[in-house]
Amino acid sequence: MDKPAAPDFVDIRDVMLRYGESGGTVALDGLDMRVGKGQFVAVVGPSGCGKSSLMKLVTGLQKPTRGSIFVEGSPVNGPLKIVGMAFQNPTLLPWRNLLRNVMLPLEIVRPHRAQFRAQRKKYEARARELLEVVGLDGFEARYPWMLSGGMQQRANLCRSLIHEPELLMLDEPFGALDAFTREEMWGILQDLWMERGFTCIFVTHDLREAAYLADVIFVMSARPGKIINVHRVDLPRPRTLQSTFDPAFIEIVQKIRNEIAQVRQEGKTRHKAGGS
Amino acid sequence: MSPSTFRKLEVAMPWLVIGSSLAIWEAAVRLFAVREFILPAPTVVVNALIAFHEPIISNSLFTLMNTLIGFGIGVGVGLFLGIMIGSSRLVYAGLYPILVGINSVPKAAVVPVLVLWMGIGQPPAITTAFLLSFFPIAVNVATGLATTEPELEDVLRSLGASALDILLKVGIPRSMPYFFASLKVAVTLAFVGAVISETIASNDGIGYLMLQAASQFRTALMFAGLIVIAAMGILTYLFFVLIEQKVTGWATRKQDVMMTGG
Ligand SMILES: Nc1ncnc2c1ncn2[C@@H]1O[C@H](COP(=O)(O)OP(=O)(O)O)[C@@H](O)[C@H]1O
Ligand SMILES: [Mg+2]
Repeated sequence: MDKPAAPDFVDIRDVMLRYGESGGTVALDGLDMRVGKGQFVAVVGPSGCGKSSLMKLVTGLQKPTRGSIFVEGSPVNGPLKIVGMAFQNPTLLPWRNLLRNVMLPLEIVRPHRAQFRAQRKKYEARARELLEVVGLDGFEARYPWMLSGGMQQRANLCRSLIHEPELLMLDEPFGALDAFTREEMWGILQDLWMERGFTCIFVTHDLREAAYLADVIFVMSARPGKIINVHRVDLPRPRTLQSTFDPAFIEIVQKIRNEIAQVRQEGKTRHKAGGS
Repeated sequence: MSPSTFRKLEVAMPWLVIGSSLAIWEAAVRLFAVREFILPAPTVVVNALIAFHEPIISNSLFTLMNTLIGFGIGVGVGLFLGIMIGSSRLVYAGLYPILVGINSVPKAAVVPVLVLWMGIGQPPAITTAFLLSFFPIAVNVATGLATTEPELEDVLRSLGASALDILLKVGIPRSMPYFFASLKVAVTLAFVGAVISETIASNDGIGYLMLQAASQFRTALMFAGLIVIAAMGILTYLFFVLIEQKVTGWATRKQDVMMTGG
């Protein structure tokens, strides 16, 4: 399932991001990245290289110090309402049951918030449907703290998708899960993506995860982060755990592993040479 | 010791300690023939409680009323200040040092000033109860608001949520356990405030009653007053513990909530 989709749904050009005044941490520098509509891309890189910062830039939560970011052809200058986000920490609200947790974005995002009361039935049905897709039917009335980490993270995915965003931003969403649960989540996320066709930017430090899920993998350098390599993963969809034993899969993972080992090494020596 | 006897013993422990303390007290007073105006025996205190029950009841109701009015105002003001401090860094910077300053002034030293402004009796008692009770509420609510996860804030802001949206949907509900936890502390402090003020400047209330008893060397009556204050304090405390458990079960993540939740 190759997707030669219309290019540049997300277009990041020569972005620099510095926290604080001049002299502050430069998180990203000279970052270029293009993501086609409907694509699933993964961003990998050593920790602290600015992956989370990149997420904030694309969603408009953070302004770049220099450079420009376009989403769907328009420059980003403020929170984008067409995105859904999920992080490693599921951050479900403990006083709301799963159904009401999943519906939270509809109480906030326009135009749904204005119709929330009137359309509650419809929205509830939508939330139930999503929960069913991720295998949480029957758990709608449960509270988050009654559920395992994997189940919470599935509900978190539902919450990030309930308003049918065109762009899904996931920042190490499965980082805290055990290996088996994580692999199960790959399948669930792939199903959701294939069914709904949103564009997805997925940050991870798990290279197998990146290769399983993504069409394209962006490799970032050590801080200040920029894209140093782009890999296409041309394995057929839907991928399964079997795909992870495919020689082509293993080869990509190995290649990226070496690249990252190298940038980490370079990062360290540069750090020493800089004497800071 | 088997687990079930241990649990029984655990429940019985406070009563055992109270009972044996009273017994030792009674025995010591009799054994050393301590004079009554220095330290009355528990039985004597109980007799005083019964003999003076009328003034004790009317005065403690007066104190209870002042306490609860002051506490009520304290809840309103504390909640408001807590939300303001917890949701705005500017308000925090402006108000927090002043609040800490106000809180560190011994309230007994404030009562004379209040008397100067308001006269004696109910107004300074209510005000002192208020002054002591609002602070823990404000601090707790502000702390609760500060526990909002930054990731969740990002998720909501990216959806176009305003600061007010986040406050209403996440901040305030999240700070409710902190709020209810502070109520039990605040109501005890409100009692302290009302009684302090009554002892200094009032013709009614349990504090005044005790002061009168002291001036007449009726030590047993003083102890009776102390017991009544303690009882009222404990009962209101327990009342707010109960409310806390009812309202914010999710924060304690109890096993039994889990059972009913399914
Ligand atoms: N709000 C912030 N203020 C100052 N520095 C920050 C902030 N957020 C991140 N940083 C710094 O920017 C760098 C990149 O962070 P981050 O984007 O979180 O990296 P990653 O997600 O790849 O681990 C780190 O050195 C981090 O300390
Ligand atoms: Mg990160």
